[in-house]
Order: sequence, then C-alpha cells, then structure tokens
Amino acid sequence: MPYIANTPEQQEEMLRQIGRSMEELFSDIPPDLRSPGLHIPAGLTEQEVRNRLTGMAARNKVDLISFLGGGFYDHFIPAAVSALVSRSEFYTAYTPYQPEISQGVLQAIYEYQSALCRLTEMEVANASLYDGGTALYEAIMMALRITGRPRIVVDDTVSPIYRTMVRTYTGNLGIELVETHSCRGLPDRDELKKHIDDRTAAVTVQNPNFFGCLDDFSDLADLAHKHGSLVIASCYPIALGLVKTPGAMGADIVVGEGQSLGIPLGFGGPYLGFMATRRQFVRKMPGRIVGRTADGQGRPGFVLTLQAREQHIRREKATSNICTNEGLCALTSLVYLSLLGKQGLVELATTCAEKTSYAGKRLLEIRDVRMRFPKRYYFNEFVLELPVAADRVIRQLLEKGFAAGFPLVRYYPGMEKSLLVAVTEKRTKEEIDLFAHVLEVSL
Amino acid sequence: MKVIFEKSVPGRRGARPARQEGCPPPEIEPRLKRERPAELPELSELDVVRHFTELSRRNFGVDNGFYPLGSCTMKYNPKMAEQVAGYAGFASLHPLLPQLPRGEMLVQGALKVLYEMDLLLREICGMTAFTLQPLAGAHGELTGVMIIAAYHKDRGNRKTTILIPDSAHGTNPASSAIAGYRVQVIPSDSNGHMDVAALRAALNDGVAGLMLTNPNTLGLFEPHIQEISRLVHSVDGLMYYDGANLNPLLGRCRPGDMGFDIVHVNLHKTFAAPHGGGGPGAGPVGVCGKLVKYLPISLVRERPDGSYFLDYDRPNSIGYIAPFYGNFGIILRAYAYILALGREGLLRVAENATLNANYVMEKLRRHYDLPYGGVCKHECVFSARRQAERGVRALDIAKALIDRGFHPPTIYFPQIIPEAMMVEPTETESKETLDAFIKTMIELAQLAQTRPEEITRCPVTTVVGRLDETRAARHPDLASLK
Repeated sequence: MPYIANTPEQQEEMLRQIGRSMEELFSDIPPDLRSPGLHIPAGLTEQEVRNRLTGMAARNKVDLISFLGGGFYDHFIPAAVSALVSRSEFYTAYTPYQPEISQGVLQAIYEYQSALCRLTEMEVANASLYDGGTALYEAIMMALRITGRPRIVVDDTVSPIYRTMVRTYTGNLGIELVETHSCRGLPDRDELKKHIDDRTAAVTVQNPNFFGCLDDFSDLADLAHKHGSLVIASCYPIALGLVKTPGAMGADIVVGEGQSLGIPLGFGGPYLGFMATRRQFVRKMPGRIVGRTADGQGRPGFVLTLQAREQHIRREKATSNICTNEGLCALTSLVYLSLLGKQGLVELATTCAEKTSYAGKRLLEIRDVRMRFPKRYYFNEFVLELPVAADRVIRQLLEKGFAAGFPLVRYYPGMEKSLLVAVTEKRTKEEIDLFAHVLEVSL
Repeated sequence: MKVIFEKSVPGRRGARPARQEGCPPPEIEPRLKRERPAELPELSELDVVRHFTELSRRNFGVDNGFYPLGSCTMKYNPKMAEQVAGYAGFASLHPLLPQLPRGEMLVQGALKVLYEMDLLLREICGMTAFTLQPLAGAHGELTGVMIIAAYHKDRGNRKTTILIPDSAHGTNPASSAIAGYRVQVIPSDSNGHMDVAALRAALNDGVAGLMLTNPNTLGLFEPHIQEISRLVHSVDGLMYYDGANLNPLLGRCRPGDMGFDIVHVNLHKTFAAPHGGGGPGAGPVGVCGKLVKYLPISLVRERPDGSYFLDYDRPNSIGYIAPFYGNFGIILRAYAYILALGREGLLRVAENATLNANYVMEKLRRHYDLPYGGVCKHECVFSARRQAERGVRALDIAKALIDRGFHPPTIYFPQIIPEAMMVEPTETESKETLDAFIKTMIELAQLAQTRPEEITRCPVTTVVGRLDETRAARHPDLASLK
C-alpha cells in the first residue's frame, strides 16, 4: 500500500508481540457500527493520479490575458520563493510547540510580524489568519472586545466579498452592523459621521478600496478617535510600496489579504489573512504571536507567546477559536518581501501604478468609454463605465482570450455597465494596447 | 542567528521587478503617498536563500524524523500531492473567473475536483453533503455551530448551550462561544469515556447540541456513542463530530452511522496534506439530509450534460464563510491522496494507524503510567506522574526526546491527565522507527529513576536551550522595528 511502511509480515509480527488480532484492535467499535467497506474507487498508481490530474488541470483556462483583480492579483513570483518555501523542514512541520526544534518557523514568523509592521507602520502583528475576509471579521470582534460597544460601521467601498462574510459571522451576535453608502468612489464623510458616536466600536475602511480608489482617511480616524471609536483598515500590501500607510492615517487595527505577496491565485486559497495593531491592544488580538526571548545561556531565541489569549489555554474564554492558521503562506510572503527588498517593493508598486495609468489613458481613448469615478486617484485598479453591459463585453473578450475585468453589478445593483479593471506588472504595454483594441472593436 | 533585517546592506538588491518603457509616471497626489519606503531588508538573492535555508535547518518536520504529536496526525505528506498542487492549470486559476458570464466553463477541471471530493467525503463519513469551504478545522467547527444555530432558529427552538466533554480540544468550546453559545462541560467516567449519566443530567430543552471527538483525545472509541446520539436527539439537539481523530476509522466506521448530524474533517491530518508549520489546513464540513439547506454559499453541482456549476441560490444557507471555495490547494492534495489510496488503501491506513498506536502502548505500558488501558485507536496517552515523583516531568521527557532525534508527543493534553504524553505514531511509520522510539522511551524511564538530572537539563543538542517564556510574555518583543 502506498505510504504505509510495514509489510504484512511485520504487521503480523507486531500483532503477535502485543497478543492481539487486527479484529480485536477494532473490537471496541459496536458491531452494528462496523462498516461493510467503502464504495469509492480502488487506488491508483502515482502515474495514474498525475495523469488524471494533468487532464483535469487542462480543463481550466489559465492562458487568458487577465485584467481580473477584485482583491486577488496576478503578480509575478520569483523562482526563489517556491524553492525556499518548499523546503520540507518548513512545510512538514506543525505549529511550533517545541521551540528548540522549531526556531526556523518561529524566527520566520517573528520576521514576518516585523515585516508587516514596517509595511503598514503599525507596532505588532500576529502570525496570520485565514484570509482577508476572516481577518476583517476577527478585527471587528477585537474592536467589540476592546471598546465594549455594540456598533460596527462598514463602508460599502470595503470588499463586498469580505462584507458578505462579516454578515454571516456576526448575524447571531446581536451587534449593530451598519453598512454605509459611498459617494463617487469614496466613503461618504457626511453619511459616516451620522453613525460615529459613543455606541460605535469601530469604523471600517479599505485603501485602495474595492473600486481601486485611493483615499486618505486621516480625517475619519480623527473623528472616530474623538468619539472613542477605533478605525479598522483593510489594505493591499503591494500598494504600500507607494501609498500612504494605514498606520500613518491613524488606523488602530490593520488587516488585509496577503495573496499578492508571492502566493499563487490557486482558485481561491490557501491565502493569507494578516493583522497588525497598536501595542496597547496586543492582548486583545486573536491568533498566534511569536516573541523574542533568550535561553539560560543568554542565547536569543523565539517562542509562541501571550498564549493566555488562545483556545488551547482559555477554551471558551479565548479571543478566537483559531488554531491552524496560514503559517506557510506567512513564510511565503516574508520570503517574497525579502527578495524584493526596500527598493524592489517601491519599484514594483511604481510599475503597477504606471501600467495602470497607461491602461486608463489608453482605454479612455475609446469612444463612449469613461471612468466611473473620474476625479479619483488609482493604484492598480479602476472602474470603467462602458456604453453597454459589462457582462456583454466580458463575454466577447473572453472569446478573444482576455479576462477583461470584473462586472461590478455582481455586488453593486445598478452598476451593470461598470467594469473593474486591474493591471499588474505582468501585463505588458503590448497586451494593454491589444486589450484596448479588442475592447474598442467589441463596442 | 541574526534576524533578516540585521543582515541588510543599504543599496543591495535581490529580485528586480518587471519594468516597462513608455508608460507615464502615475498621477497620484502626494498626500496619498507613502512618506518613506518600508524598511524591508536589502539583500541579494543568495543572501535570502542562505538565510531561509539556515532557518529550515533549525526546524524539524515529518521529513526529518518521527513526529508522534498526538491529535495532529503527523503522517507522511506525499511529494506527488505537492507536485499536483503546483500544476499551472490549478495554481494560476483566478477565483473570480466563475463569476464572469459563462465563467464556469473556464474552470471545469477545478469544479470537478471539488465535486468529486464532496462525493468521496460523503461516502467516507456517511454524510449527505459537504461544504469544502472551511479553511481549517476550527473554521469548520465555527461553520458547524452556525449551522446548528440556523437549524434551531428555523425550528423556533430556544437553545443556549453546547455540551462538550472535558477531554475535548480547546477549539470546541472556543468555536461554540464565538458563535454565541454557552458551553457546558461533561466529565469523563473512570474508563475515559463520556459519562453518560452526567450527560443525561445535563440534557434539557436548552441544549443546542453536543460536540464530540471519536475516538476521543485519549485515543478511545466512545462505546456508548449510539446512546449518546439518541439522548442528544431526544431534546432536538444536534450531534457534532470533531474529525481530528478520523484516521483510525477510515473504512471501518462512519460518523454518520454513529448518529452525528455534522462532521468536520481535517484534510491536513487524515488526508495527508502538509501542516505547513502551522497551516494552511482545510476543514470541510459534512451534514445529514435535514441540514443540507444550511450549508454555506456556494455548492458545486453537476448538470445533466455532465458539466459543473456553482449553486448560489441557497435561501436557507448560513451565508458566506470563506472568500471562495475553500483552501483549494489543500483540497487538491487531499483529493490526490484519496485517489492514490482508494478503498483498500484507506482501510489499511486505519488498521496500521491503530496497530502502530497499540504497539507503542503495549510496549511502554510497564514503563509509564497508562491511565486508561484496553485497546486504543490512533493514539495513546501516558502519564509521566511516576517519573515526576523523581523530578522528571513530561516536559523534561519531551526535551530529552529532542536530544535523541525525535519530535516529542503532545504534552499536558488532554488536561484531565496529569503530566500527559499523547503519542500518535500514524500509519506511515515503520516498525523500526517505532522500536527505536520505544527503546528510547524505556531508557528515559530508567534514567528518570537513576540520574534524573540528565533528563532535566535537556535539550543540549539544539541551537538554543530552553527559552525563557515568562520573559517573553512579561516583556513582549514582538517585532524588529526600525
């Protein structure tokens, strides 16, 4: 049998030594619960499995020239990332409960926490959460715990994918979830002000937001803080090579999706939820945290710390139920950021913004094509307003080999003609020109 | 070893991102820009490769040696599955493609994986349908408890409490609490099983359900499981199966047949997806017929023409719990593993996992206290209390094992056993490995009697000794900041 070491003879020998038969080892299962056997196919050889999965992989369309984003981006991944992350000392280990033989993972998590803090200009970070959406939910729970207040305000420029998840998780908890309507691509300050008072635990924003628009929410943070409320900010880490950080704008809890940091799109996961906050809130934070300390000889080392927050110690009083997180994805993002380095991240972000700016100009040359939010600034994604339904254009362009973008009507009723277009460094100028050409022809 | 930021050399470069001539500089207002670049390390690619290679050498995984970490099922992770997960046809697939017009036809291969995985798990667990979306075991628990809440809401039941045995994983009470339930603990009886009389006494109309791991965290099959299910169902409570310990039951016994209404499965335990140094995992949730309508949005379905589609029209669903379809890369690895093993292979997994655990238990039971005897399933739990009388605690034995090349068992869990050492060998370990571990454990038991200080000073072979955890918690140094 594959992956089972002991030969039938060895199994017999072991049974003999312990004085049992195999049936006796299962005699504790009541007879009427014993299964007559599984109705699943017989096992395959490795060659057969790989052939079958090669065939299934071929039925997925991955050769499109893609302008599809929506919070999940097709960035280039250097070869060294997978070469290092696929070292099996990392990926065949589990949660580093035994620090002396887990310094590799522990130090990597500490460095990951540090890199995230430097990126977001925050003070502490945890070892990861599942994805951007569950990270936002955890941030909301954390804000409720910190403030003891019942209301959470979420703007509709925050990813609708995350917002639907937050609604699911908070539905039974009796909290007051207020979703505000944005105005011309940005959170509507007047609308938000109505909901920020001494019952408000937190205001939630995203930058760049789901429409790709950039914002400086420092004014909102000032207002929130004046009322004793917190600011939760969701962000896109590659953008932080160029755009103002959530820390600098006054965010209290920063979360986001780390997929863009060297993690393949992979049909939706595994991804990387990250969370950073201010030092004063660290004991309210969910998830694993690694700290630096020393051994008896004064040698520095790393351990899981502040575990009194966690489920394996506190059980029903824990800050979260999370146990297994996305450790390997956190490592991936650290390796990726280390390879890019200080200057590389700035260059990458600049290239994304340049190509996006070029794509925007080029697409606006097409008759009857406009920007949905013309007065805004963008990082690597923008909303085009087409003269016809976005779905029609997307369908036509798929036939030409392009994923033209995301039809916003899926989440925003009334935006039938709005197309969310993302541009990463992987798109070339020639591809952008060709995209503009086929789009023009299709209209 | 220095942290990576301390190795930084100003101006040094690693990866160079793509560039494009002829694109204008971006027009972003200065007030929206970052003031100073993030202080990421400045290193060459070789610097980075050396750094992480060195870190990997300071880590212990299943590929390094025996890793009998109880309740975690640290079996071998087949390389084949890693390779399959890297196929560009899967790894490069954008999750929003299916939401484009006729987009489902662009991802038929991936949807087939999900569809077939659902069918396989149904058969293995005896459930009516699965959602593959939960992103870890605990996430599956939360999903399951939300399904319990949705069921009771529909029935007009006023339920406040989830019952949980004292031997349960910490995630069970935590998941119940964050879903809004009160937790009531049911004690174990003198045999390590759930105390049925205590359960009976705890049952009332406020009980929403019971969360149970079977075999439990002592490695014991619950002999009264059918009665437990009947009792919980008698107050319209639901039975939740924590699938962390499913490995020894594959092909032998199914949670659905035991009376469970909701099941989560840890693909990174039972189905050999790697643990990743703490994730990512995957925790699909299966339910019985009456609960299918509550499963999260969306589900993969098959059309009469054999194509697959995503069903978003689910008015009774608890809603969206994950951004997309689950940790697809992990599901894919588990799928490849199940294809490779097939019905016979899974049965052999259960048998060998059980045989290996019983072999270790029998060989060590004279040397360490074994609070609960009989036959075990996938794991056995010893107590080091006899050694503790000589000043050698479970923690010390763990550290001595490290010096001798083994990853220690889970220690101090379950909490109902003092000085617990929970050993789960898994089926992929050979008799030779088990014999070497047994021999070492016996030597340590003897050493504890004769020269305990040789154990309590361990580990001495590692890159660091025992670390000061009190200092870490009292004076938290959680990030290297510039």
